[in-house]
Amino acid sequence: MRLLKKLIATLVLLPGLAVAAETDFPLDRAPDHTRDLAALQNGAKLFVNYCLNCHAASLMRYNKLQELGLTPEQVKDNLMFASDKVGDMMTVAISSKDAKAWFGANPPDLSVIARAKASSAGSGPDWLYTYLRTYYKDDTRATGWNNMAYPNVGMPHALWELQGIRAAKYSDEKDPHDPNKTVHKFVGFEQVTPGTMSALEYDKAVADLVSFMTWMAEPAQHTRKRLGVWVLLFLGVFIVITWRLNASYWKHIK
Amino acid sequence: MAFQEKKLPADAPIADKALGWVDARFPLSSTWKAHLSEYYAPKNFNFLYVFGSLALLVLVIQIVTGIFLVMHYKPDANLAFASVEYIMRDVPWGWLVRYMHSTGASAFFVVVYIHMLRGLLYGSYRKPRELVWLFGVGIFLCLMAEAFFGYLLPWGQMSYWGAQVIVNLFGAIPFIGPDLSLWIRGDYVVSDATLNRFFAFHVIAIPLVLIGLVVAHIVALHEVGSSNPDGIEIKETVDEHGVPLDGIPFHPYYSVHDLFVVTIFLAVFSAVVFFAPEMGGYFLEYNNFVPADPLKTPPHIAPVWYFTPFYSILRATTSEFMIWLAVGVAAYVALIIIKTRLATKFKIAAAVIGLIVIVAMFVFDPKFWGVVFMGVSVMIMFGLPWLDYSPVKSIRYRPGWHKYIYIVFGIAFLILGYLGVQAPTTIGTLVSQVCTFIYFGFFLLMPWWSVMGTFKQVPDRVVFHPH
Repeated sequence: MRLLKKLIATLVLLPGLAVAAETDFPLDRAPDHTRDLAALQNGAKLFVNYCLNCHAASLMRYNKLQELGLTPEQVKDNLMFASDKVGDMMTVAISSKDAKAWFGANPPDLSVIARAKASSAGSGPDWLYTYLRTYYKDDTRATGWNNMAYPNVGMPHALWELQGIRAAKYSDEKDPHDPNKTVHKFVGFEQVTPGTMSALEYDKAVADLVSFMTWMAEPAQHTRKRLGVWVLLFLGVFIVITWRLNASYWKHIK
Repeated sequence: MAFQEKKLPADAPIADKALGWVDARFPLSSTWKAHLSEYYAPKNFNFLYVFGSLALLVLVIQIVTGIFLVMHYKPDANLAFASVEYIMRDVPWGWLVRYMHSTGASAFFVVVYIHMLRGLLYGSYRKPRELVWLFGVGIFLCLMAEAFFGYLLPWGQMSYWGAQVIVNLFGAIPFIGPDLSLWIRGDYVVSDATLNRFFAFHVIAIPLVLIGLVVAHIVALHEVGSSNPDGIEIKETVDEHGVPLDGIPFHPYYSVHDLFVVTIFLAVFSAVVFFAPEMGGYFLEYNNFVPADPLKTPPHIAPVWYFTPFYSILRATTSEFMIWLAVGVAAYVALIIIKTRLATKFKIAAAVIGLIVIVAMFVFDPKFWGVVFMGVSVMIMFGLPWLDYSPVKSIRYRPGWHKYIYIVFGIAFLILGYLGVQAPTTIGTLVSQVCTFIYFGFFLLMPWWSVMGTFKQVPDRVVFHPH
């Protein structure tokens, strides 16, 4: 009877907890490798190998990858599996009907995901960086995976080979507001089986991948800032000229 | 009358001859003189007077960048989102054009709000500039429509659901509402049909009206002459040629002055365009990078920042608030009856209208009244020239405590704007209700408070400190 009551109480509280987890899980700061061509190339490699099977980046053209210091041949030989024309968009062959059946939802297009995921909790890259590093084994889920940044996500852990399998560790602590209750608190991850990468290598790989997605969300972002410096320098000089021009006219007005 | 052409000597410079030829057929020199080189503007303008020129600059930026965007944009529900990203990636300099346009939209409202604030502070709407003000409010309305229609075009989640929410507001109008919103959308939900008509409004209909109103605004201004921070009519003190003693030719004095300010403005504008085009999610909302999905309502739908003060007034109108609004209307009618010297028939009319409004407040849905109050909060600005009875125009010569009224009004407006961005909370709604009362009180009580207090002596000539 008491157990049943507890169960009901847990069930009632569960949606609240899920919402709390979604908004409260603190985001890690994503390292910015978007100016590092080698890191971006590595990110592109990870992206086409692990993401571009289910997720499309349909607003992105393969030949745009040349901006990462690659020749069209390199793009063709190393990064194109679903198409043979470098002018093609990065689409996928998965049908939305299948995707819906397998994952419960259509995998979103990732072209501008790094911009879409920004919120008051952190930047889009921060969210992606946290999300891809907080998968854990959860047998209650259909895919066997769950995620801290995106609870009950439909996507399985695509990078599990690299990271290995991890489980979430919880501890029961006294509720500070009610001494008779305990709170189930997440305290960290526990490595169940090792991956092909060490934890540090994995973080670096995810940082590269996220940097690639950040670049892909706005390929012109560094051009924009570089040009902006020159525009502001020009305007700075021009302001002095117009300021003196104005003063030279107005000095006659008494 | 026969066509007469001024004959220049045969050895006159070719440029003079050409100008003479045009002037005989088109008022080129006279227009230049009337509006620029011999348009006398008061010499005591302060920095708040540059925002009219800046608004014109932003209008030009929006039109020029808009033309280039239309060359690549596809007003089709299946293609719109991707075509915007196509502009951002594949069109040479497309990202710059697009960011200039999206930043320009917000810049337009920044500039226009400051321009309106200046009008408010120095009484620029007072006689004989009522029409200047009316055309100006018309421009503001057009701007709001332009921003609203344009915001749907990127076809992101915020575009879609923002349009859905605003069009549904029309559905709250009694009797005709549902049919009206259906007619506006052209479909049962916001769809391709809606996108196409909003595109037509955004790129053709509203800009035409907007440009017409801008011309009317400037022509009306140049007919009566510019006001100034002292609120003095410079045309009342003229020299033997009829030139105002406190006036200086717009060109070159204010053209070089505005050129200087334009460069400063462009520096700020460029800083946003090149370094923070999203402006922390206020100029480009993050959720708008997700393509429109009619089946997925975002948890928090907020309009872009420039609409939020008015949107807050809409949200403040809850069913619990109706009783207070009814009390407010009753008190206002009582004030009109007791404290004005209007003819009895007008007082009776006020009482009847007040009674009808109060009864209607409890008959119709509060949602409808929210829409009404939001509409009235913008429309009430049309009435400003006839609400202000102060014997002086400028705040400089008003009683000192009038400043506090403007400050309280300004703060209430900013709070409404802030709350409109946030998700609704109980305390937030209460605060927005108080601010709604302050907002309407400022305008509706102006006939009384604007004449109260001791006014300072207005000098005959403008106050000018040489640079």
